[in-house]
Amino acid sequence: MKHCRSIDELGKEGLLRLLDSTDQMAEINRRPIPKVPALRGKTVVSLFFEDSTRTRLSFETAAKRLSAETMTFSVSTSSVNKGESLRDTVETITDMGVHAFVVRHKSAGVPWQIAQWTNASIINAGDGAHQHPTQALVDCYTVREAIGRHSLDGLNVTIVGDIKHSRVARSNIAAFTMLGARVTLVAPPTLLPPHTGQWPVQISHSLDEVLASTDVLYMLRLQSERMDQGLIPHLGEYGNRFGLTDVRAQRLQSSAVVMHPGPMNRGVEMHVDPADLPNSLIHKQVANGVSVRMAVLFDVLARGAEVNSLKEEVVA
Amino acid sequence: MSVVISGAKVLTESGEQRLDVRIDNELISEMSANITPSAGDVVLSAQGCHVLPGFVDLHTHLREPGKEDSETIETGSRAGAKGGYTALVAMPNTTPAQDSIPIIEFVRAQGLRAGLVEVVPSGCITVGRAGVALAPLAELARNGVKIFTDDGSGVQDPAIMRRAMEYSRELGITLAQHCEVSALTAGAVMNECSCSSEMGVPGWPALAEELMVHRDIELAKLTGARIHFLHLSTAGSVHLVREAKKAGLPITAEVTPHHLSLTEELLKSFDSTFKVNPPLRSAADIEALKEGLLDGTIDAIATDHAPHVKRDKELPLDQAPPGMLGLETALGVVLSAVPMSATQLAAVMSTNPARIAGLSDRHGMLAAIGRPANLCVVDLDAQWNVDPKQLASKSTNTPFVGRMLRGKVRHTIFEGVVVVNEGVAQR
Repeated sequence: MKHCRSIDELGKEGLLRLLDSTDQMAEINRRPIPKVPALRGKTVVSLFFEDSTRTRLSFETAAKRLSAETMTFSVSTSSVNKGESLRDTVETITDMGVHAFVVRHKSAGVPWQIAQWTNASIINAGDGAHQHPTQALVDCYTVREAIGRHSLDGLNVTIVGDIKHSRVARSNIAAFTMLGARVTLVAPPTLLPPHTGQWPVQISHSLDEVLASTDVLYMLRLQSERMDQGLIPHLGEYGNRFGLTDVRAQRLQSSAVVMHPGPMNRGVEMHVDPADLPNSLIHKQVANGVSVRMAVLFDVLARGAEVNSLKEEVVA
Repeated sequence: MSVVISGAKVLTESGEQRLDVRIDNELISEMSANITPSAGDVVLSAQGCHVLPGFVDLHTHLREPGKEDSETIETGSRAGAKGGYTALVAMPNTTPAQDSIPIIEFVRAQGLRAGLVEVVPSGCITVGRAGVALAPLAELARNGVKIFTDDGSGVQDPAIMRRAMEYSRELGITLAQHCEVSALTAGAVMNECSCSSEMGVPGWPALAEELMVHRDIELAKLTGARIHFLHLSTAGSVHLVREAKKAGLPITAEVTPHHLSLTEELLKSFDSTFKVNPPLRSAADIEALKEGLLDGTIDAIATDHAPHVKRDKELPLDQAPPGMLGLETALGVVLSAVPMSATQLAAVMSTNPARIAGLSDRHGMLAAIGRPANLCVVDLDAQWNVDPKQLASKSTNTPFVGRMLRGKVRHTIFEGVVVVNEGVAQR
């Protein structure tokens, strides 16, 4: 696989391969010294035009555990502030000899644009409201681990919140559906994109109606600017209708799990303290982030010969 | 020394005829079955070709003054001449905007200097295209401006638009509207459709165009003023205009070659070459636009030729400016999309737009002895591939790269002078 940019591009085969490979990476991460020489000599650049804590750190940790060199590009200290174009930035970094770009940008499509200007692999760490494929991989892996089986056939996944502006939702709808789950979107009509008739999902405007049949409750972050844009009347009303309260948490099936991609807005979509939820996978999602991103980096950068190197250890 | 066009089918008042044409001193001096050229005459071979009135573009962004790195009046004029045009209406969204006599005169003078086509400056409806105060419509009209628009954006305030229409009624000018209710298109990147939702980008709903078309039809009814609708793009707009014309309102409309040929799915590539305003729409919209063009609801083809430098088009899709080149590909794109007779083609490319722009005394006239020689010679069957390197425009943002088009311009004659010979600009 040259790039990892969207769930559709990965396809079901790629998705399953990466999830299986994540198991191997998780095994490495359980070792006393969680580091292998697999990607020695490879250079990975984090090209983040948008703020990120967990995604950027988990990619960098993943790269280091595979012994890749890492470089971090952050907009605030870069020539972008001197007016350098995206193309010049990418070409300049390419000239330094890099093998993969991990890209986050507020504009949809940037990972596809960049690929025209470099031979390096592109890993999409979030482009606008379009795709965030590694988050979906993390979420699918986490659910598979929680339910103890590989197929998600018949599983009811409910995604709640600002679907319209969510790259996490778009990637997860595609990924969960590919693995056989039934996805229901819950949101006020103003936070759903128009023309979702062709999407392979059910739509509901009432969280209370779908709680009892939900196996995986996936809460999305609601940004307060949606109120300023007139998409919701106010955060309180949103929280009352679509927030996860104690009462709603108690109405979930005992086997149901709760997920959130972070960062959480406590008191808006999350009223309940996640620590009080018996089946929260939120910490698991973060923990699995490193293994998943190791699998992606390895898939994109390793070329056959390196496969055995996963068994070796790096001697400090 | 005169110009002789030999072997062509000439579109005349009495239909298509096999005639040779002689041009002397800016005028057609002779039309007969066989003209023997004299020594020193410029002879244009036109076997199998049609002689049509030179095309008139109601909608060209020449970018000068202000954005000369993407196009100048000279390079845009050359692109126009190569596309068979003899007159280009220059849109007023320059910097500064075309809302005062000095700017209008500058644009006109640069057009004369280039000498490839007639450059016809349009005026702004409101000062600086800001939509707040009326531009000096009467003063500009007295200086020969016939068509006024705030193109690039629509006049949002219905009270201002009403006043503009009331004020302009007795001036003998035409107001042209870019129909877009901007409150409904904030941040819009492409048509609002299932693609835009999948791509996670804000959509430009058809409603935003149709609301303003509807508003201006009602204002035309109220004020009696003439209104021209620029670049219609939706089935709903075609329907509204058709009904308004049936009711006898003084309304005209145009459609672009790209809205007749390209659909929203092209944006899935995130290639900003396909970003344009109004956006590429659905296949159903294209069908309605074609129907509207063929039944006369839509009067004219207009290019909305909008050059942009590469570095701007290389911005992310949501930041890249909208617009695509059109002048040099218009004929081929239109004929490939909508099969038409030479007569129909001349109506929508030449005669009707000349009438709307107030140029009928010298452009869009079917060939006849004594008439101004603003003509193009076109091969309606020739097939060709678009190569951006061959374009005369200073920019390369054509969405038709690598497309096989049918219909090619061989020669263009402007004011009796051969400005394009065998597809090559002579100036």
